[in-house]
Amino acid sequence: MDQLSQHIVNALIMGGTYALLGIGLTLIFGIMRIVNFTHGELYALGAYMMYFFATILGLNFFVSIAFAIVAGMAVGSVIEFTLLRPKRGADIDTTMLLMIGAWIVLQNVEHLTWGGIAKSIPSPLPEQPLVIGPVSISWLRVMVLGVSLFLIAATYVLINRTKLGKAMRATFQDGGTAALMGVNVNAIYTTTFALGSGLGAAAGALLGPVFVVTPTMGDLASLKAFAIVILGGLGNITGAAIGGFMLAFAEEIGAGYISSGYRDAMGFLIIIVVLLFKPTGLFARSERIG
Amino acid sequence: MKRFLPYLAVAFFASVPLWLQDQYFLHTLVVTGIFIIAAMSLNLLLGYTGQLSLGHVAFFGIGAYVSALTSLGFSLSIFGVQITHEPWPAVVGVILGTIIAGLCGYLIGKLAFRVRGAYFVIVTISFAEVVRLVSLNWVELTNGPLALPGIPPLTLGFEWTGFATLWGKGQNYYVVLATIVLAYVLIKRIVNSPYGRAMIALRENETLATSVGVSVTKYLVLAAVISGAMAGTAGGLYAHYIQIIDPMVFMFLNTVTMVIMVITGGKGTLAGPLVGGLIFGIAPVILRDYVGPEVQWILYGLLMILIVFVLPEGIVPAVERWFTRKTGNSAAKRSALVLESSKGARS
Repeated sequence: MDQLSQHIVNALIMGGTYALLGIGLTLIFGIMRIVNFTHGELYALGAYMMYFFATILGLNFFVSIAFAIVAGMAVGSVIEFTLLRPKRGADIDTTMLLMIGAWIVLQNVEHLTWGGIAKSIPSPLPEQPLVIGPVSISWLRVMVLGVSLFLIAATYVLINRTKLGKAMRATFQDGGTAALMGVNVNAIYTTTFALGSGLGAAAGALLGPVFVVTPTMGDLASLKAFAIVILGGLGNITGAAIGGFMLAFAEEIGAGYISSGYRDAMGFLIIIVVLLFKPTGLFARSERIG
Repeated sequence: MKRFLPYLAVAFFASVPLWLQDQYFLHTLVVTGIFIIAAMSLNLLLGYTGQLSLGHVAFFGIGAYVSALTSLGFSLSIFGVQITHEPWPAVVGVILGTIIAGLCGYLIGKLAFRVRGAYFVIVTISFAEVVRLVSLNWVELTNGPLALPGIPPLTLGFEWTGFATLWGKGQNYYVVLATIVLAYVLIKRIVNSPYGRAMIALRENETLATSVGVSVTKYLVLAAVISGAMAGTAGGLYAHYIQIIDPMVFMFLNTVTMVIMVITGGKGTLAGPLVGGLIFGIAPVILRDYVGPEVQWILYGLLMILIVFVLPEGIVPAVERWFTRKTGNSAAKRSALVLESSKGARS
């Protein structure tokens, strides 16, 4: 029982960052319909930027997180502007190939810049863990959960309660009509891609100090993000948030009670099972996909 | 001229081991040839049925592992039942690897073709990742990250002719070349048969093809079985040539390499994977004198983006069109016209 409650707490903390990763991708893959293989690289970029600002430059931890998110948004905008804007309206395979190309370039630029050796980011928070009954959590992880919940809430408000959010929703429902109503559709495309990329970078910046930072850390992150998006239903932000927590629980319970070697396999098994039995995801309205 | 081109190409490549002194380059050609077989199998799915499978390396790896384990022998216990397998000849391993990879193609085809587009891509990636994790964690069978060393080389021959063990690069080169020719002829015959036409019809317009009675599942699964089996053969040849395999064969980058080969050469053309495969198989050897592996990968990524922008159909169709314009051959011009008009209808 004690062990179970510890697993649940661990899953809750991972779930927060998975949710960020998933919400970021659901904006790009679910709403813009771009099979974005660079998402994991933006996650890695966030972690490297965190290393650069917090460890090399020695800036404040939270300021570094903010800078990492800004860097992710900047790179996301560049990708959208240079690769996707000229190919707007192209079929899904074409954009997917472009994204695979961009993914290879980004990953190897990271490898070239930072080298293949894993980097660790020391945490400024107290070493002594927070102990509640049988459960102990490091302060770093508590902070990670807090920041990710804040960012999830902020994104939700941005999409659902602001004029910009309304313009985004209008653009992806019916771009032509939105343009007629005076929405700058091109700007909205770039903004949405940048926002999704920024959330991916945020997840990387938060998990970088928890684990270590390596050039290939983005590969699994991309695939897990796809699992979360499919689990939650394409373009469904609440679904992606819940999907992130569900994936974290599946991994944690799977690793704890089945085999730790198969922790990373859980996401893929979930994708296969969900697509076979409920391909529209668990929280989406019905839609033709086959 | 065009009719004799395949024969000339085969004659040229058959002569290579006779005059090529550089053993390392010959090794590169053997590995390139193996990847070309895999790329050709991917082209059947990607080029002719229009389904982008990004888990193709799974079939390659399954072929490699099945073939290696068949020829090495293994012993493991499942639910208390002890299973021991005595080593079999390497050729049997390659055949079994082909069959089992084909069976996996059947299962994955049956499952994954229930969805399309981006969903299909993600199911295939997930399948490859699950297989990779199994190969990494089922240590009793696969030896996990410690790799399977000492895989015996291929042995060819019959009782009455005596057996020859293929230790050398030149001998393996001819086996790979023969397999490529076989795969080329097989794909050519499939594509020009009613089965191939059904696959192309599904690629061009699935709704229309279904409405005139083309069975979607039947033809797509058939393509997946043949494609998977062919990739399995390539994997088997790889295992017996390199003689050691580890879970790294399942790397996603290997799938990406195959995709780049097919796209660059020209998807949906018979010669596309051969041209793309030769370029991307040999380029690393020439480039490695000048730049490190990371820069090479960056160049690959940029080239892939460039191809999508500049030559979206690939090199082979572009060269064909250029050649037609140059020679002014009326028959070729007519076929090019038909090609253009069918393109127009597609877009």
